[in-house]
Amino acid sequence: MPPVLALEDAYARAKADEAFQAELAGYLKDYVGRPSPLYFARRLSEHHGAKIWLKREELNHTGSHKINNCMGQILLARRMGKTRIIAETGAGQHGVATATACALFGLPCVVYMGAVDVERQAPNVLRMRLLGAEVRPVESGSATLKDAMNEALRDWVANVSDTYYLIGSAAGPHPYPVMVRDFQTVIGRETRAQILEAEGALPDALVACVGGGSNAIGLFHPFLADDGVRLFGVEAAGEGMKSGRHAAALSGGRPGVLHGAHSYLLQDGDGQILEAHSISAGLDYPGIGPEHAWLREVGRARYLTATDDEALEAFALCARLEGIVPALESAHALAKLSEVAAEVGRDGIVVLGLSGRGDKDLASVAPRLERLG
Amino acid sequence: MSIARIEARFAALAREGRAAFAPYVVAGDPDAETAWRILEGLPGAGADLIELGLPFSDPMADGPTIQRGAARALAAGMDTAGVLALMHRFRTSDTSTPVVLMGYYNPILNCGLDAFAATAADAGVDGLIVVDLPPEEADPLADALGARDLALIRLATPTTDEARLAIVAHRSAGFVYFVSVTGVTGVKEADAATIATQVALARAATRLPVAVGFGIRTAQRAAEIARIADGVVVGSALVEEISQSLALNRDPAPKVLDTVATMAQAVRSARTSG
Repeated sequence: MPPVLALEDAYARAKADEAFQAELAGYLKDYVGRPSPLYFARRLSEHHGAKIWLKREELNHTGSHKINNCMGQILLARRMGKTRIIAETGAGQHGVATATACALFGLPCVVYMGAVDVERQAPNVLRMRLLGAEVRPVESGSATLKDAMNEALRDWVANVSDTYYLIGSAAGPHPYPVMVRDFQTVIGRETRAQILEAEGALPDALVACVGGGSNAIGLFHPFLADDGVRLFGVEAAGEGMKSGRHAAALSGGRPGVLHGAHSYLLQDGDGQILEAHSISAGLDYPGIGPEHAWLREVGRARYLTATDDEALEAFALCARLEGIVPALESAHALAKLSEVAAEVGRDGIVVLGLSGRGDKDLASVAPRLERLG
Repeated sequence: MSIARIEARFAALAREGRAAFAPYVVAGDPDAETAWRILEGLPGAGADLIELGLPFSDPMADGPTIQRGAARALAAGMDTAGVLALMHRFRTSDTSTPVVLMGYYNPILNCGLDAFAATAADAGVDGLIVVDLPPEEADPLADALGARDLALIRLATPTTDEARLAIVAHRSAGFVYFVSVTGVTGVKEADAATIATQVALARAATRLPVAVGFGIRTAQRAAEIARIADGVVVGSALVEEISQSLALNRDPAPKVLDTVATMAQAVRSARTSG
């Protein structure tokens, strides 16, 4: 507890400090390349029958929304006087963003990554190493994201005096879910201004994929008070909800406690944590950020699921119709556009959080894409 | 019994002028039958108190050795009901050795806190250590356990300062478990002088006995800790014996009980010889 209490205190002070916010805004603009565009996807709109806008987080430096949070936390780590950074990663997007931020500030960086993910996300492993990070494959448990997080926590408790643990998702112990959300709300704040400028109205629906849920909460949060804006999170249904091989903690899990957070979890009858399954390494987490569990319980947001096959189809469709290769994670949100479009109608405005780009996924999806034709 | 059984044991040892030796094993490691023979043999080998690990799929406070033990137990089919069945059987032959379960919160929460407390009390469990439940969040469990006279044993670490020790000590029962290293089980070793200072701080914050664990791997080390604390917990060194026996295709039970006997002897003679 003392390390997370110290973090909570340091974050509260940084958040209230204008100098900190100004420094962060400067890096987001000049280094990350914000604001990211809000782009009207004409052909996807025609295809699905609604006005579909893409919030282009994949155009950020490092290719995903993960860098927003990393810039915030690395500045916090520096303020706290920490000299070593550790992180966990699933798809490698957060690992790459962390390694990038560490390179920028000359801080040593260790990234824990499940051995299974090291294999299926080879390009990102190479990028992290190129950026000077040490990638430690984690063999324990299911050798995916949750095990990487276990290992990072073990490292942190052993080296807490000099080490900052940079969590990439809206999960883990307080204050991480709140802090990660705060750093990701730049997505929703920009979207709000951009859509008002472009359409003169708020969107009818927001759609984003949900693993731990950081890009979704970042997009949703500035719209929570706008009752007319429907919120859709899309979880990974893997091989199908009935197969039991999925990563949909809200749609297929029960409340529990893991990694210091009380939320929905994939677990067996004895409370043992189950392995999550998804073609997308970034959604392969058996829990979900606690704020999403709350949004679902109060009925503010709805959570759909997309299978591996649906995500692959949407992945290919987005590439062909818009010339954008999305991350497999984001493809889960794209896969539910028809459903959301049907609800809002032809004149309805939908903003989809395109959280990352898909270059990293090409090698792993190639054989399955060929089967899809 | 329950809290009273823990108190009686520490009081008796205080009269003898020595520390408690508390071995930790994972319930069901490597399988229910072998684990039973180990558990049954512990008091005879010199265990004054037993810490029985509830296996969990994601033991983030444990080093590789205990992770492997928990994985073996789960793979062999152990679950919370199985652990309590093991305890029931233990109490048919031993009613004086306190047993505390040590585990993670989710399987306990999953049972329902009151239901867990009731079945644990029925099975003859005396207390519970939940490594991923901070005192700020522990009141519901403390209430449930308290209603059955079971102790919720709190953890203190080298990062626990005096102000926080007061929070830890509040509502603590049975004993206070001092984690002697910043880190996971069975990896690092802190120096005895530092531990002595920290144990003194913990003693100032609580009237309860203070047991020390994490990073005690040898009999010599156990004896050193026995001179400064009220209890000495050894876990990874025992679970490692199981791993090694399995690798050699040997029955782990005799080897584990031999090691327990050697360490218990070292703890017993620590204060007279030192």
